[in-house]
Amino acid sequence: MSILVDQNTRLIVQGITGREGTFHTLQCKAYGTNVVGGVTPGKGGTTHEALPVFNTVAEARQKTAANATMIFVPPPFAADAIMEAADAGVELIVCITEGIPTFDMVKVHQYLATRSSRLIGPNCPGIISPGKCKIGIMPGSIHKEGPVGVVSRSGTLTYEAVGQLSARGIGQSSCIGIGGDPIIGTHFVDALRLFHEDSETEAIIMIGEIGGTAEEAAADFVRQHVKKPVVGFIAGQTAPPGRRMGHAGAIISGGKGTADDKMKAMTAAGLHVVKSPADIGEAVKMLLKK
Amino acid sequence: MKIHEYQAKALLAKHGVQVPRGEVAFSKEEAREIAKKLGGLTVVKAQIHAGGRGKGGGVKLAKTPDEAVALAEQMLGMKLVTHQTGPEGRIVKRLLIEEGLKIKTEYYLGIVVDRATSRPVFMASRAGGMEIEKVAEETPELILKEVIEPGLGLTAFQARKLAFGLGLPSDLVNAACGFMMKLFRFFESNDASLAEINPFLLTEDGKFYALDAKLNFDDNALFRHPDIKELRDLDEEDPLEIEASRHGLNYIKLDGDVGCMVNGAGLAMATMDIIKLAGSAPANFLDVGGGANAEQVKNAFSIILSDPNVKAVLINIFGGIMRCDIVAQGVVDAAKAMQLKVPVVVRLEGTNVDKGQEILRNSGLPVTVAKGMKDAAEKVVALAKAN
Repeated sequence: MSILVDQNTRLIVQGITGREGTFHTLQCKAYGTNVVGGVTPGKGGTTHEALPVFNTVAEARQKTAANATMIFVPPPFAADAIMEAADAGVELIVCITEGIPTFDMVKVHQYLATRSSRLIGPNCPGIISPGKCKIGIMPGSIHKEGPVGVVSRSGTLTYEAVGQLSARGIGQSSCIGIGGDPIIGTHFVDALRLFHEDSETEAIIMIGEIGGTAEEAAADFVRQHVKKPVVGFIAGQTAPPGRRMGHAGAIISGGKGTADDKMKAMTAAGLHVVKSPADIGEAVKMLLKK
Repeated sequence: MKIHEYQAKALLAKHGVQVPRGEVAFSKEEAREIAKKLGGLTVVKAQIHAGGRGKGGGVKLAKTPDEAVALAEQMLGMKLVTHQTGPEGRIVKRLLIEEGLKIKTEYYLGIVVDRATSRPVFMASRAGGMEIEKVAEETPELILKEVIEPGLGLTAFQARKLAFGLGLPSDLVNAACGFMMKLFRFFESNDASLAEINPFLLTEDGKFYALDAKLNFDDNALFRHPDIKELRDLDEEDPLEIEASRHGLNYIKLDGDVGCMVNGAGLAMATMDIIKLAGSAPANFLDVGGGANAEQVKNAFSIILSDPNVKAVLINIFGGIMRCDIVAQGVVDAAKAMQLKVPVVVRLEGTNVDKGQEILRNSGLPVTVAKGMKDAAEKVVALAKAN
C-alpha cells in the first residue's frame, strides 16, 4: 500500500501549458502517473503533449474523472487555482507553486475547511508512491518501492534522505513534501496519521526545519499514537535567529522555533533523532532490523 | 520586508491610526526646522531596522529645539549598537523628530499570522513598553489574544474584549476599539506580516497613540503594493545579500569560514549543520535554487568569495532531475573564469553523477570530489583548516 496516491490516481495539471507545467507533466507521465488532462483558461478544446486541455477544473473533472490535480500556476493566481480545484471536488490538490502571499493562503485555508479536498503544499516538491504514481517535481529515479514513509518540509533534503535509503536497498511506501511555507494544507500530524494507518509502512522519516511549532505538535502525536519507529531530523541547527532561511516558514522568531527545542521535544516523544543529515538512512536501517 | 518607524507611522496615519506629530530628518538643518515647527518638548529617534534602540542610546528627549539639534548632530552618523544589530552595529542616517507626549499608561498591541491556526492573531497586553518576548515567557497570562476570522477582520466585540481586558476605563473603550480595528484593517489590506505598537500609549489627556510602530510586510505580496515596495531601504541590508537577490540567489552571510553553495533551502541548512558537526562553521547560507546553471554557479561563486573569511567552499548539489554533468561543467567554467584560489569540495548526486565527477577530476582545478554529505563536510573542513 501507500498513502494518498497510487495506480488509481487520475491526474490533471493546472497550468499545464507553461514551461514548468509542461516539463513536469511529461516527467510524471514518464514515471507512470496516469495523467488525464490539463487546465489553462482560454486554451480549452486544444491538446497539449497529446493531453486534452480544459478551460476550467470543473469541466476537466467532469470529462476525465480526475481525482487529483498538480498546480503550476504563478503565485499571484495560485490561491485561486487551489480554490477552483476544491470547488470542483478534486480529492487531492498538490500545489508546487512557491511565493503565494500569506493572506491568500489564510483565505484558502478557510475555504478548504468546509470542503472535502486535501491540499498538499504549497511550495513543496509533491508526493510520490514509488512504482505507482508521482505527482510533483522530485526525481523519480532515486526512489524505490518499500516500507518507509517519508514526510518533510523540504525538497532537496528529502531527496537526500530518499537517496540514502535507496542506496541501502531500503524502499519507500510514499514520500510527501508538505512545503516550506507558514500556511500549508497537510501538516506533519496529517501525514504521520496516514503512515500510521498504512499497513505497508513499517518505519517513518520526519524531516523538519526551524520555525513554527509543527514538529513539536508532530512529536506529541507520535508519543500518543504511533507505534512504528520514527527517525527525525531538524535542519537549521546552526541558523541564526531572526533570519529567514530561504523558506518563508524557516525563521526563528521571538525565541521560538529553534532546532534545539524541536529535537528535544522529538527525543522526549520517543523519536530517534539524528544530529547529522548523513545519518538518516543508517538510522532507519538499524531500526528496521530490530 | 522591514520598513523604518517613521515610514510605518506615516502609513498608519494615512489609515486613521493616531501617531505623534513628527517628521524624518536626514541632516541637522532639517532636524532644526522640524523641532522648531513642533516646538517645546521633542523626542529624537534614530531610524534603523533593529529593536532595542532606546537602550543603545538611539532615542533621546529634547526640552528645546536647540537641544534637539544638538542631539541630532550627535546621532547622525553614529554607530548604534543594540542587542539586535550585533556588535558591528548600524550607522544612523535618518532621525525621526516628534512631539513629546505626556504618558499616562503604556500598553502593547501586536498582530501576526499564526501558523498553528493559519489565521491572523491580534494581541494586546498591559505590559507595554517591555520586551514582549520576555512577557510571553514570564507572564503569558498578561498577553490577551483574539484569533481573526478571515473576511471578518477584528470584530467590534473582539476589540471590546481586548480593551476591557486591558483594564481601560469604560469611557475610553470605544476610542481604543476604533484604534485597534483601524490597525487591523491596515494590516490586512496591506499584506503585513507583523505589526507591533509598543508602546500603545494612553496620554494624560485620554488619547491613544502609536508611540512606536514596527511593521513588516510579506515579500510575496509586494507585487500588489508598489507604494510599500518603494520604502525598502537598501542601506539597512547587507550589500552581498542585495547582490545575491539581484541574481535570484538566496544568500545570508554568517560568521564561519566554510562557504557553501547548495540547491534547496532545507539541504542548504542541513549542509551548514554538517559543517558544524565536522568541526568548523559555515560562512553563509546560499540556496542557488532549482536550476543551477553555469551562470548561477558563477554568480554564487563570486558572492561567496567576496567574503574575505572564506577559506574553502563546499558545493552540495542534489541534482535529481538536473543532470550532474551539466552542473559539473558549470562549476568548472565558473571556477576557470574566476581564477579560483580557494580549495573547493564538490558533492554531486543525481542523474549522470559519474560523468559529472569525471569532468571535475579532469578539470585541473583545485577541486576535490566528495562522495556523500559526511565525506564532503569532513574534506572541506580539513581544507579550510589547512588553508
